[in-house]
Amino acid sequence: MSSVVVNDATVYAGQPASRGDSRDAVARDVVVVDGVITDLRASDAPGDAHVIDANGLVLLPGFVDLHTHLREPGREDAETICSGSQAAAVGGYTAILAMANTTPVTDTAEAAERILDLGRACGLVDVQPIGAVTRGLAGEQLAELGLMQRSRARVKVFSDDGHCVDDSRVMRRALEYVRSFGGVISQHSQDAALAGSGACCHEGEISGRLGLPGWPAAAESVIIARDVQLARHTGGRVHVAHVSTAEGVEVIRWAKAQGIAVTAEVTPHHLALTTEALTAYDPVFKVNPPLRPSEDVEAVRAALRDGTIDAVATDHAPHARHDKEHAFVDAAFGMLGLETALAVVADVMLGDDFGWSDIARVMSTAPAAIAGLEQHGRPIAPGEPANLVLIDPAAQRTINAATSRSLSRNNPWHGMTFTGAVHTTILRGRVTATEGAPASC
Amino acid sequence: MSAATAKSMPKHLLSVSDLDADLIRTLLDTAAQMQDVQRREVKKIPTLRGRTVINLFFEDSTRTRSSFEIAGKWMSADTINITGKGSSASKGESLRDTVRTIDAMGVDALVIRHSASGACHQVAGWIDAHVINAGDGTHEHPTQALLDAYTMQQRIGDLAGKHVVIVGDLTHSRVFRSNLLSLRMLGARITIVAPVTLMPSGIRSWAERDGFTVAHDLDAVLRDGDRVDALMMLRVQKERMTGGFFPTPREYTVGYGLTRPRLDRLTADHPGVVICHPGPMNRGLEISADAADSAESLILDQVSAGVAVRMSVLYHLLAGGDAERGEGGAA
Repeated sequence: MSSVVVNDATVYAGQPASRGDSRDAVARDVVVVDGVITDLRASDAPGDAHVIDANGLVLLPGFVDLHTHLREPGREDAETICSGSQAAAVGGYTAILAMANTTPVTDTAEAAERILDLGRACGLVDVQPIGAVTRGLAGEQLAELGLMQRSRARVKVFSDDGHCVDDSRVMRRALEYVRSFGGVISQHSQDAALAGSGACCHEGEISGRLGLPGWPAAAESVIIARDVQLARHTGGRVHVAHVSTAEGVEVIRWAKAQGIAVTAEVTPHHLALTTEALTAYDPVFKVNPPLRPSEDVEAVRAALRDGTIDAVATDHAPHARHDKEHAFVDAAFGMLGLETALAVVADVMLGDDFGWSDIARVMSTAPAAIAGLEQHGRPIAPGEPANLVLIDPAAQRTINAATSRSLSRNNPWHGMTFTGAVHTTILRGRVTATEGAPASC
Repeated sequence: MSAATAKSMPKHLLSVSDLDADLIRTLLDTAAQMQDVQRREVKKIPTLRGRTVINLFFEDSTRTRSSFEIAGKWMSADTINITGKGSSASKGESLRDTVRTIDAMGVDALVIRHSASGACHQVAGWIDAHVINAGDGTHEHPTQALLDAYTMQQRIGDLAGKHVVIVGDLTHSRVFRSNLLSLRMLGARITIVAPVTLMPSGIRSWAERDGFTVAHDLDAVLRDGDRVDALMMLRVQKERMTGGFFPTPREYTVGYGLTRPRLDRLTADHPGVVICHPGPMNRGLEISADAADSAESLILDQVSAGVAVRMSVLYHLLAGGDAERGEGGAA
């Protein structure tokens, strides 16, 4: 029998509707036995229990990332399921959804089960594979969505991320088909005719000055607009990945008001960084969708506060160093995010109108609900699985790319200092990371 | 510009914004001395003897590359041309590896042309040698802007207060971006003219911030009574015609080409006006043969000045400039 005692933590319920910290924060002990939260008092805990002094720390349900790129299989030089799992544990995550754009693509039951198994073998975080919407991410023929769902991996989220499902007919069929088993299509919203493969800078004054191919806001919002209409028409569920623009947010807000089954995520980097970061042509800041102007950053923050955007998702995208050492337009898209997400979100979002229970909502309960992960994002209550994260809200940490557990170093946060840091991560009662150091896998 | 804010000659020439008005004037003054060398029978000075200048061109170029090569050779530098087809990404080698390999040979300067905006900025962060931007994507072409300023000044005098009208495919033009910076530094008034589809993104806020005029009707600009001192016609690349930026070449020429009738009105209404074009020209599209070969045309003077301006840039960046050798040292 293994047990953990979390002493005197400030516990947040993480209920989706809760607002403000004072009402729902409770300082108490939490005793975990065999991976389950009990109603025991600390004094009644087993003698061999691992005791964590959590005075001054915040206890939340473990984080769930709807959008992680692990590079295994195919690019194990950039990230493996194991290295990505370590980064996730360090970042406070107890579940991550692994995007399908590996080599080969996760478009069969066998491929999905292999990722599930590799994740389990590592054991630091629940790795839930996302299935491709179309075979080979080619946007033409549906992948074996049902077989992936029936597999041991129980795939429920499907995405061609990196590519937009461009063809309206294919998107319509995908939304209809996954209704049969309660699946959801996570869409990378990018109209290829408006923002082609070379588009790498928000279209505006900065792209004009820098002479970089523009990625207009409309290329995102027109796809979101189409998809919510298709969701309404089919009754299917669409999830908008990495929404980055005020225009996109507006469409989602409208669709939700109509009762359309749409959810949305925003990345930490779209909450914190702006197009200005591109002026030195450093490919570390090259990401898709691109960093947007401050007006868009304000809009996605407001949307996260008011619930229009449901979740924070990292879009953690590791790349080998040499894939970022090309000219800006030739370099790979993407940046790291798992280890730094909490620090960035806490630093940027916490305030009078956004508390720790809101962080629990957007980083745990809401993403777990979207992904249909029943063991994650649960209340911190007796009988519930002990998937938990302890946070030191006062800790100030300066990000150092060199100490990342990721195999890659494309870390846009290097050198920045944030208030708030993950202290301990617990997956089913096992401590998976403590103050930046993951447990062994 | 006050002494407190004056810049010193930069290590690299990546953008016109690395310079200020005083530095531009210094570079152009030296270029005038270099033009004397150009007119000599024996066109050789020892200034850069023992220095190695690599012209690293990832994109086709005839005039800029040969201009830099001649400039280096007349100053006794060892100049070597390296051409790379396509992007380095397509060859499997990173840009960083490519330039560090060349840098490791101990060269003094890399003159780089690349199809990607910002490539020269990135390279400057990776190597020890001086980097001179010979055109990066649709971003900048600083030596072109310097030679344009030099050529115009030779004919119409100090550019302060002069009105320069720039017409053409601005969105894809690095010549435009560099000229905008240099002409502003030298005090010229600037009007840019193009259909909206050929204007860079965000041009309205950009124009407001930097204080230039945006127009879409060339005839109105030439007619509205505001004197035009220089008309800079930019190339409209063939691939833009199929990109949907404008319906047909014919329609472009009618709206924005320097046609014979437009040339006649221009020279009648704006006596003393000069016409520039960075080349290569699409005769008949953005500029008529009559205009290109007119008395007002500076096009061949621009090419000639190109060598002198690049000699000046190489001299100031590599030989330590006037502080070390004095103004007479150049020629």
